[in-house]
Amino acid sequence: MNKFIVSPSPHVYSDESVPKLMYGVIISMLPALGVSVFYFGIGMIIITTVSILSCILFEYLIQTYVMKVRPSHLDGSAVLTGLLLAFCLPANIPFCMVMIGALAAVGIGKMTFGGLGNNIFNPALVGRVFLFISFPVAMTAWPEPGQWMKYTDAVTGATPLGIMKEGLAFRNVGEIMPEVPSFLHLFMGKMMGSAGEISAAALLIGMLYMMFRKIITWHIPVSILGTVFLFTGILWLVNPDRFADPLFHLLTGGLMLGAIYMATDYVTSPMNKRGMLIYGVGIGIVTVLIRIFGAYPEGVQFAILIFNGFTPLINKYVKPSRFGKEVAHG
Amino acid sequence: MKKPPNSLSMRLKTFARGGVHPPELKLSSGQPIEELAPPETVVIPLSQHLGVPSEVLVARGDEVKVGQPIASAAGFVSTNIHSSVSGKVLKVDNFMDSTGYRRMAVQIQVEGDTWIDTVDRSDDLVPKTVLSGGDIRKKILEAGIVGLGGATFPSHVKLTVPSGKKAEYLIINGVECEPFLTADHALMLERSDELFSGIQIMMKGLGVEKAIVGIENNKPDAIEAMKRVTAGSPVKVQGLKVKYPQGGEKQLVQALLKREVPSGGLPIDVGVVVFNVGTVSAVYDAVMKNRPLIERVVTVTGKSLVNPSNFRVRIGTPVSHLIEAAGGLPEQTAKVINGGPMMGKALASLDVPVVKGTSGILLLDETEARRKEVLPCIRCAKCIGVCPMGLEPYLLMTLSEKAMYERMEEEKVLDCIECGSCSYTCPSSRPLLDYIRLGKGEVNKLIRARKS
Repeated sequence: MNKFIVSPSPHVYSDESVPKLMYGVIISMLPALGVSVFYFGIGMIIITTVSILSCILFEYLIQTYVMKVRPSHLDGSAVLTGLLLAFCLPANIPFCMVMIGALAAVGIGKMTFGGLGNNIFNPALVGRVFLFISFPVAMTAWPEPGQWMKYTDAVTGATPLGIMKEGLAFRNVGEIMPEVPSFLHLFMGKMMGSAGEISAAALLIGMLYMMFRKIITWHIPVSILGTVFLFTGILWLVNPDRFADPLFHLLTGGLMLGAIYMATDYVTSPMNKRGMLIYGVGIGIVTVLIRIFGAYPEGVQFAILIFNGFTPLINKYVKPSRFGKEVAHG
Repeated sequence: MKKPPNSLSMRLKTFARGGVHPPELKLSSGQPIEELAPPETVVIPLSQHLGVPSEVLVARGDEVKVGQPIASAAGFVSTNIHSSVSGKVLKVDNFMDSTGYRRMAVQIQVEGDTWIDTVDRSDDLVPKTVLSGGDIRKKILEAGIVGLGGATFPSHVKLTVPSGKKAEYLIINGVECEPFLTADHALMLERSDELFSGIQIMMKGLGVEKAIVGIENNKPDAIEAMKRVTAGSPVKVQGLKVKYPQGGEKQLVQALLKREVPSGGLPIDVGVVVFNVGTVSAVYDAVMKNRPLIERVVTVTGKSLVNPSNFRVRIGTPVSHLIEAAGGLPEQTAKVINGGPMMGKALASLDVPVVKGTSGILLLDETEARRKEVLPCIRCAKCIGVCPMGLEPYLLMTLSEKAMYERMEEEKVLDCIECGSCSYTCPSSRPLLDYIRLGKGEVNKLIRARKS
């Protein structure tokens, strides 16, 4: 008699897989990576390579020798964390610092909580904030774009948001605007900033690709960008001398990178659409509050980490719309 | 592939939440319904329907004719069962059925093909009935008709509207959203006139003025055929976007009428009763032709099968007989499914009989049948996105693993229709529905304990 497999339905499965999703995100980041290599040259290549290899290595070492589980360092998530970490560092940062950041990202950010799927905070952002606190000087010296063959010896300057923050202490927006790159340059990515955050155009292409592949939905990025646009727009309308216009806020800092890639991290963002909207609006508001009223010129990283912390609460109390209203049991 | 005409592709409807679109793989589409000769012996289970098993009327050695009752309804939610062949009763004993359990059944040795003489075996179409609603329901019970879509709920019960409720619409389910299956499609093409007559009988039985036939747009020829026969009548034919699980009652009612069946309720709570096209065909045969439910259309299919087919099969025919008729069991077959790939049940043996609820026999190869390695949940929320009931499968699975059944009840686990969209879509191949089913069982136990 034939022996057949007997298992419960369903009997067929989609071809979705974790590596497929992870490498899908990575593919969507290639345009932004290309722009960064174009502007930051060898520095971008070095930090990206070091960051990805370090994340894979630390994940392998921790899983094999500390957690004693089968390593999953090639499932794409370590590569993605490494790429994201590189994207939010200055391209001239010494590579040993990148390795420390990778250890913080994978070790503290991910493995401490039990590995993929269990972490509360976005690992790449944990790595970034760790470096930001440990090496404040290196983490705020931004190379000028266009120095292809320079790495740690690149000429540095301030980011548009930094110029704005600094300048507003003495002057009004109208006087500062000529000192920051034009909107076209901001959009294309010719500015100082973290290695992968500079080109809004390339990041938006990545977002559309991820939406087309159904890797992410519009809810998180659109609610963050929309909230920042509205909030800064209202402030700008109230006093255009004190507050920069909303387009400036959309195109500068890590907002695009944060809204499209950091906040949409599956593990650390809410799981239903209503929750995603609450999370996105919250991140948008906190980002603007930090940028305009806080001590730092840029606030996306902290806003996302704060709302990562709220995610379990959102998941518990915000429910998807259920099918059908209740009837009395009888 | 044939493109649907423009008039059909316009204004397609579908349900609101979730859903997936697995490859359709309707290999046997376009195959005519082929009459399959009775096998040497049949095994007719006494429990082929939802509800109380029927009471056996025959004993070992009895001679039976085709269409003769061999078991009778043992309560209101129960039904009659008829011999599908003529011959001699070999045994009334426990036989393995499609559930994998051994349960009471009547085994009959086939001799000739002698029918009871009340059955009208001609093909002449009888378009109208003079019977009253009550008589129609009686005939349907007599003929042993149950829902042929797979749920096998006795049809006379569904046609009896509970007091305080009012039926407004009859909905005919021609969706056939399960991949591979084509039995309903074939019926709509070959028996559209009979189906139209059957729909009118059921409208009368139910006392409603309006009926809608819902058909997915991957069957444009069926939509056209049904539109042609129903033209000028109060029966409407509505094309639907291809999306699984549109054939689920609640999803279909929502797609067609934008009405949501309440949690824990039935379509009748929103004035609707839903029947499958196979059931309508059986109702026509019963009411107009005095022909009890002794056969049904079964799709036999699979990628490695030589001749994927639609067979008209006598109830009780062993599954192996159908597979032989479709070209024999391919060597690489690893899984045999009673029904479609999304909601069907895997069979342990090919000796089990075709029953009233068998809509298809699907053979899967080794490569298709194996489950993938389970990885940790990455919280991608795809399971929530595809759940047609607005549930959170990832959460229900975790609660089930941790035996938190009361919380599962609060999270509406009993609303789950077990469509399998969550397990289908999970990139980590997590057995979501397995755990949800387990939890549902436990929650039902809790509720029963609370009542007693």
